This record gives sequence, structure tokens and C-alpha cells, in this order.
Amino acid sequence: MDILIAGLLLGGTYALIAMGLNLQYGVARIMNLANGELLVAGGFAAFWVYTSGQVSPLAAILLVAPAAFVLNWLIYRIMLRPLVGRAKSRGQLEVDSILATFGLSFILVGVMLAIFGGDYFSYSYLATPVSLFGSNFGLNRVVAFLMASLIALALFLWLNLTRPGMAIRAVSVSPESARLVGIDVRRLSALAFALGGAVTAVGGALISTFLTLDASIGILFTMKALIIVIMGGVGDIRGTIVAALILGLAETLVATVIDPGLTLAAAYLMFILILLFRPQGLFGRRTL
Amino acid sequence: MRGSPAVLSVRGATKRFGGLVAVDRLDFEVGEHEVMGLIGPNGSGKTTMMNLISGALKPSAGTIALKGARISGLPAQEINRRGVARTFQLVRLLPSLSVLENVVAGAVFGHRRRWGREASAHAHRMLERVGLEAVAHAPVSQLTYIDQKRLELARVLASEPDLLLLDEWLAGLNPTELETGIALIRDLRAEGRTIILVEHVMDAIRSLCDRCVVMASGRKIAEGTPDDVLADREVIRAYLGDDDA
Amino acid sequence: MSQAEVRNLLVAAALLGLAALLPLTGDGYYIALGVTIAMYTVLATSWALFSGPTHYISLATAAFYGLGTYTVALGIDVVPYWLLLVIALVVGAVAAGLVGLATLRLSGVYFVIFTLGLAEMIRQVVTWVQNNFAGHRGLYVLTDITEEVIYWELLGLAALVFLAGWLINRSRLGFALRIIGNDEVVAAHSGINTARAKVLLFMVSGGVAAVVGALLAPRWTYIEPSLAFTPLISFTVVIMALLGGAGRLWGPVIGVVPFAILWEITSAQFPNQRSLLLGIAFLLIVYAIPNGIIGRVEDVVRRVRQRRQA
Repeated sequence: MDILIAGLLLGGTYALIAMGLNLQYGVARIMNLANGELLVAGGFAAFWVYTSGQVSPLAAILLVAPAAFVLNWLIYRIMLRPLVGRAKSRGQLEVDSILATFGLSFILVGVMLAIFGGDYFSYSYLATPVSLFGSNFGLNRVVAFLMASLIALALFLWLNLTRPGMAIRAVSVSPESARLVGIDVRRLSALAFALGGAVTAVGGALISTFLTLDASIGILFTMKALIIVIMGGVGDIRGTIVAALILGLAETLVATVIDPGLTLAAAYLMFILILLFRPQGLFGRRTL
Repeated sequence: MRGSPAVLSVRGATKRFGGLVAVDRLDFEVGEHEVMGLIGPNGSGKTTMMNLISGALKPSAGTIALKGARISGLPAQEINRRGVARTFQLVRLLPSLSVLENVVAGAVFGHRRRWGREASAHAHRMLERVGLEAVAHAPVSQLTYIDQKRLELARVLASEPDLLLLDEWLAGLNPTELETGIALIRDLRAEGRTIILVEHVMDAIRSLCDRCVVMASGRKIAEGTPDDVLADREVIRAYLGDDDA
Repeated sequence: MSQAEVRNLLVAAALLGLAALLPLTGDGYYIALGVTIAMYTVLATSWALFSGPTHYISLATAAFYGLGTYTVALGIDVVPYWLLLVIALVVGAVAAGLVGLATLRLSGVYFVIFTLGLAEMIRQVVTWVQNNFAGHRGLYVLTDITEEVIYWELLGLAALVFLAGWLINRSRLGFALRIIGNDEVVAAHSGINTARAKVLLFMVSGGVAAVVGALLAPRWTYIEPSLAFTPLISFTVVIMALLGGAGRLWGPVIGVVPFAILWEITSAQFPNQRSLLLGIAFLLIVYAIPNGIIGRVEDVVRRVRQRRQA
């Protein structure tokens, strides 16, 4: 039972991170391999704010989110827009954006190493245990889960009920058709990319409350986010949430019952199964 | 009705995309040496039907058979090896290969397999056939639109298919190019090739096709000679809407 | 064979012969550098055999390399060394075959992502197996194979890889892969079994990477999973191959030499900046020289030739 809860708590936070990537890949069509580094950057920011100013990481989100939004928007405009312009096919764009964001991820790691050094960093925030259904869990995990759920809900409502949100969903289904109905696809792609980055950074801030991070751990999170997005089906928020919860559960299960060193292998196994049997993901549409 | 055996036989072909039925229980046959036109308003499912025949898509239901042997459900490369070749609505060429290599590509792996000097000689003959011999060693990027289409046709002809699928091959051509294009297809027809033509250019349909099948919303609404179907009230309504029928 | 091809062959043989003389200098530092350059030449060239024409970016090199190293580590006391090399080849090829069958039917993106974590995943599994079943974490490899021998072995392997690449380029398989890389839909509609072609060539590059790992194993006396499976290898191989130009058989070599040297210098002087170097290299490849140095050179040559004709 506590595996179940722990898994869901973890998965909930994963969902937020993966949602960021989903926005970037599903809408802007950019497979952002620097995603994990942005998460770590968000975590660093929360860490720095907390340790130097004793400000709650939750409040740090108010700082992290807009900063990440602007940073990602700049990344899209300066680095990625030229690739969109010159790509002759969608496949070409994907390859180019993978290489470019991969390069960006290395640069970010290098920058973070230079600023923060190579040490692990963690801090103790709300580390008191709280009792749920008879077992103890860190309050920080619970709070992170609640915050993640809140933000996810807000995002979900925004995407489904507001005009810009609907426009974004239209672009993720079909950019060509969206253009035909007057949607400014370029501007919306930038918006989605920036928003996705902000969501990811917020996720990073939340995760830093209960996990230990260091400058080079980003790629692990990128991998997990990628697996979640593909498992859930690109472009669909519900799929991302479900897949993230499943991954959180699977990881917790494997870590508790078998060995904590096998978490990535577990994620991978799920990835392979999805690729073999349902490559469009749980909620995805099969493309022609 | 016709003495010649059917090259292509389509029975109940259906393709569903989620809730959308793009092709709805389509039946038709194409006899040997026949040029059949597949026409209908935009969105009627013509290209989807072509995709079903060529193997780009698998039918949700129904069967498609080539010379009596079932091809529906087979992968595209297998269908090509059995003798079906197609052009695409938006011309698909191989940009990093030379013009000659583009044609050779059609001759090496498909219906009739050639390699080396034999393949090159065959490819040269195909280029002559479509009138591109002069640009055999030019880069693909320098070709005009009609030449690009000719190149794609040459590649398709190189595999010596039993059935040729031309998906809006005459689209986007100016009047002069259109004349050349129609003449080329007329030559192919005179050679006795079996062709399915998806087209919107009505003059071409009239002058090239022996028979037509008209589709609307995925269903067959008429079949017969071009003159017959183009005068059919149902067909006119499908194209122009109720007011003008 | 045409006159140009004969000339190329002679030039290649001469260069190879020249390279083989390196160990005679007796300088350990240069021999070690030579081993690194030779190793990456083989890895990058065999990587480009697959990823060049198909444009599928494989990050799995480290995984196959590690499998090769581990094969030697496991069998060194039991099986003769040359046999281990053959086994490594088979292991690498089979692993590549499995990965290929699982992912090459899908788009390039899934392939990249899958290969990205492959080395890490295998490392985790191997570590777990070692910890729980073998009782100890690492394996001892004690041989009297010297650095010079490794260097010559790598040169020999490089020659084989170049030969194989040359043969493949002239074959139907090579032609099929070029077509696949241009337009996979057209390839399928021209009768090419695209999945089979891709998997076959991927197996070639996987097998070669494993043999390289096996050849390098004697360098370390104690092999741990984290030593054998370093994802960094995958990244540097991709950079070197793309930097030089994956479109030509001898493109990657041109990327290997300068980058390997640059990497050496950076690792020695500014170890924390290695990550930055990798990042800048990737960005350079995407924005400045998408077809590699070779591509740029060929562009210039073509433009000069056109201007001369005009």
C-alpha cells in the first residue's frame, strides 16, 4: 500500500515535468533534450533561494516560472526558430532539434558546473513525516504532489477552456490546418515552448524539495520525461499524467522490492513494451 | 462484359480513421489494358483508396487482389514487387541522388530486379521514354516542375509494373505542360498499360479514361464511361452541390 | 575498378602504412593518443556506415562497446583472446539486431531516444547482476597485450571497416540505404524492405563497436560496469562523425583527429569545461556545418567549379 502511495506521489511530480516536454514536443514539435537541465536549473534556483534567503521553494516558484518562461522563449526564438524555417521535412526538424537541444544541454551542464560546482545539493524543507493511510511519507513529497496536481489541473483547464489553450491544442493536432483557420502557429509554438519550459522548471523546483540533485543529473530526468511523453501519447495531457503515474509506481515498486539501482532499467522495459506493442502511446493517435 | 481478366479487383474496401470512414465498402475492377479514372470532389477518399492499393495504408475491411492474388494487408514493398507502382500527389523525388539514379532506384528492388550496367541502360531508356534524356546527369534540384513529375514517372515505369497508379499526376501544370503530360499518358495507354488515374482535370479524364469510378464521401456513387458519369445527376450534385444539379 | 578508385586505394594504403609506424617512436604519450584516435576512427566510421545514409542518429555506440569489453572481461581466463573477439562481434551484432528490430520500424526520434539511455540501462542491469550474483563488482583482466599491439589491431580493424564500407557503398544494400535516407516512403514503394536494410546495417555497426570494446579491454586491468559503459563514448563518436561529415566514407576520420586532440587538451587543462566543448561542438554541427567539414569543402569545390564553367 505504501508503495502505491509513494509511487503516486512520485508519479504526480513526474507528470508536471513530462507535461512541460509534451507542450514542447507536441505543439512546437521540438524534442527538447535540454529539458532535464532546465529542471535542474529550476531546482538550483529553489535551492539558492531557500539557502540564502530562507524563502520557501513554493514561493520561489513565483520567481522560477516567469524566468524559465522568458529563457525558453528566447531559446526558441534564437536557437530553434531558424531550424524550423530551414527544415525541409518534419523528420529533418526533429533530428536537427534533437542535436541542437542536446548541444544546449551540454552547455547548460557546463554553465551549471561552473556556477555551482559538481557537488550534490539538497536541502531540508518540510522533511517531517506525515501519516497517510497508516504509513509515513515526507511532507515535502505530499506538498510537491499537491502543488503538481494543482498546476496540472490549472494547465488542463486552461488548455481546454480558454481560446489560446484551444489554439495550442489545435496546433498540436495539425499545424497546417491550424494555420488555415487563422492561428498564428509560429507565435503559438514559441508560447507553448516557453510555457513548457516554465512548467518543467517549476517541476524542478518542486522535486528539489525531496530529491538530491547535481549539475549532471539532468539527462536522467530528460530520459524519464521522454519515456513518459511517448508512453502517454504525444500531445495529450491525460496520457502524460497517466503514464507518469505508472512510471512513478513502477519505479517505486522496483526500487523497494528489487533494487533501487534498477529504476532506469524498469522505465526502459516499459518503454520497450510500448514501442513494440503500441508505439502511438496509450492515448495517442496513430499517424498515417 | 469484358473478355480480359481483371488486373485489380477491389471488394468492399473500407478504411476507418477513428470515427471517420474515409473509404466505405468500395467495389470495382480494373481490366487489363484499361485506363480507369478515379474521380470525385476533394475529400471523397480517392487518395486514401490509392494508398490502400499501394500498401501505404492497410484496409480496415475488404479485400484488394492483384491478378487474383490478395495484396490487401501486405506491406508496400511487397505490393510493389508484385507489380504495382505509383506516383504521389506531392512529387516525391530522391534529392541527394542524380536524375539517373532516381530512375535506377525504381529498377533495382521491385517488380523486375536489375543491377549495374543493365540497370543504368534500362534507366536511360526510361528517361528517353519520358523525354528527360537531356538532363540525365543534372542534379534533381534544378529540374522544372513538369520535369520533376516526368522523373517520378520514369522511376515508376522503371519497375515495369503491371498496374500503374497516377495520383493527381497532372495537378499544378500550366496549359502547355498539361498538353505534354496528357500526351505522355496517352502514349502509355497506347502501349497497353493498365492505369488508375486520380484526377481533377476533366479534359484529361474524358480523353484518357476508358471508364470512371466516381467517389463521394468514401462511397462509390457512379461508374461507367466518362461521358456517362459526368452527366450523372448524382455526380453533378456531389461536385457542385444541390442547387446546380 | 576505375583509375580514380585505384588511386584512392593506394593513397589509403600509404596512409595506413604511415600510421602503422607510430609505435616505433617509443613515446608512450603519442602511442596512447594514437590508440584513442584509431579507436574513434573505427567507431566513427562504422557509425557513419549506418547513420550517414539513413540519418538515424544512433547513440548506442557506448552500449555495444561496453558489451564487447565485458565479453572479454568475462571470458579472458577461459577462452582464447581471438575467439573472444569473434564472440564480441556476434554479441554486438545480435544486440544491435534486437534494438533495431524494436525501434527502426518507427520514426528516427524514437530511435535516438531509445539509444540515448541504452548504455545506462545495460550498465544498471550488469551492475545489479554483478552485485547480487557474482559477488564482486568488477572483473580482472590480466594479459600481456601491450598498447602497441592494440594500436596495430585497431589499424587492422580500421582497414577492414573501410573495405567493408567501400563494398557496401557499391552494393544494392548501400543503394537501398541512400534511398531510405532520402525518402523512406519512396523506398518502400520501390520494393525495398526498409526495416530489414536498416537492421542489417545497424548490426554491422553494432558488431564493429563491440569488437573495438573487446580490443580495448586489455588496457584496463580492472573492469567495472561504469568503466565499460560510458555514455560519453556515444556522444563523442556522433560529434566526430558529424563534424567530419557522415556522407563520405573517409569523412569521419577528418572529424576524429582534430576533435580527439582538442578533447585531450581540454581534459588536461580545463576538465570542467569538457561539457561545454561537447555542447559547442553539437551546436557547431547543427548551425554551421550540417554536412561536416567534408560537406563544406565539397560546397566550395562545387561553387568554384561552377564559376569556372560560367
